Amino acid sequence: MNALEIKKDIYWVGAVDWNVRNFHGHTYTTKRGTTYNAYLIVDDKIALVDTVLSSFSTELIEKIKEIIHPEKIDYVIANHVEADHSGALPEIMKLCPKAKVIGTAKCKEGLYKHYYEDWDFQIVRTHDKLKLGRKTLTFLEAPMLHWPDSMFTYCPEEELLLPNDAFGQHYATSERFDGEVDQSMLMDEATKYYGNILWPLSTLVLKKIEEVQKLNIPIKMIAPSHGVIWRDDPAKIITAYLKWAKNETKLRVVVVYETMWGATEKMARKISQGLIDSGLEVKLFDITQSDRTEVIKEMLDAKGYLIGSSTHNNGMLTTIAGFLEFLKGLKPKNRLASVFGSYGWAGGAIKNIENILKETGIEIIQPGLGIQYLPDEIELKNCDEFGRNFAQRLKEE
Amino acid sequence: MDKYRCTVCGYIYDPAVGDSTQGVKPGTLFKDLPDSWICPDCGVGKDMFEKV
Repeated sequence: MNALEIKKDIYWVGAVDWNVRNFHGHTYTTKRGTTYNAYLIVDDKIALVDTVLSSFSTELIEKIKEIIHPEKIDYVIANHVEADHSGALPEIMKLCPKAKVIGTAKCKEGLYKHYYEDWDFQIVRTHDKLKLGRKTLTFLEAPMLHWPDSMFTYCPEEELLLPNDAFGQHYATSERFDGEVDQSMLMDEATKYYGNILWPLSTLVLKKIEEVQKLNIPIKMIAPSHGVIWRDDPAKIITAYLKWAKNETKLRVVVVYETMWGATEKMARKISQGLIDSGLEVKLFDITQSDRTEVIKEMLDAKGYLIGSSTHNNGMLTTIAGFLEFLKGLKPKNRLASVFGSYGWAGGAIKNIENILKETGIEIIQPGLGIQYLPDEIELKNCDEFGRNFAQRLKEE
Repeated sequence: MDKYRCTVCGYIYDPAVGDSTQGVKPGTLFKDLPDSWICPDCGVGKDMFEKV
């Protein structure tokens, strides 16, 4: 794919990673691949905004060469230290050794701790400006969105926001703009991205959006560092971020469980039937068979969580334990839950799960349901009732 | 009552407000926060804070 002019004299020079399936180690599954977006701004002075993962350095350099010789780059704006955006920086700096790297104070420290290079670095703070010629860049520090070093770059003449990881999606496409791709798939990826990366930072997301709105800067285009560029409907993603950041929920329940010999699964299915018969939308996941990234996406706007595990060694099973640890880190708010599971002699899983849910800040709204070995007819009816009661409580809240 | 700023993410601890996410009541001085208290925004410890 070639460089693409997204605004007059501003080019996408990033890379499409069609085949990556696991991101950040194994914390995020990218079943639709991703892109690493870098942008080249050509004016009296030339600025490159962000780079790509190191293995895509050649692609980045080839795209830059379609437009200018890389040695002409005056500034490399590093909005974010993370390797998928700074990875090609050492290769780029070899080609334009006199270029100045621009970023926050934390970015300077972070880049040094990644590459141990003494590049000419200019620290910028919120409201600092960089005049390129006809175009200007202004900077907005965005600490913990999603690392301490994170920063947004804004070009007022083009009303273009370059917010790096914010508003991104892990979505590899041959198209570069929002209006050119399937909308439900786009929002599916944007939801997954928010749920798995930005959810715990929701308070900061809200504050930052309010701050940008107060600055009263017009934004006609949002060009993030992953996925497609919001050209046709940038308000769509801002509206969605506001909703997610406020932890707004729908009357939906996500049931997540792990089972040893099928008893806890029988319970999960019967409980789900009770919820469905009460008119609720339900998603059911055996966590050992499910893509965790997808499960989190489903939980982002669900009001109710039902968590189940067989008891093993007096506690919960290990896959669900790992999953709940991940969920805890995402700090969901305004959620209601209950717990179920089968046991043999002594229980333990229900108490274990309730404890971690409480630590997560999730309210347990009805006592857990434990059943010894396999459920009989009466116990199955109890499961159905358990689901119905949970649905009722959820509707009342 | 002095405010303290997180040097990593910029969060400000305001004793007048406390930190409800970790059960810290309004009026709690920074020096009286437990050692287990962490920045509610980025998770670093008390040693990463400086007086505003």
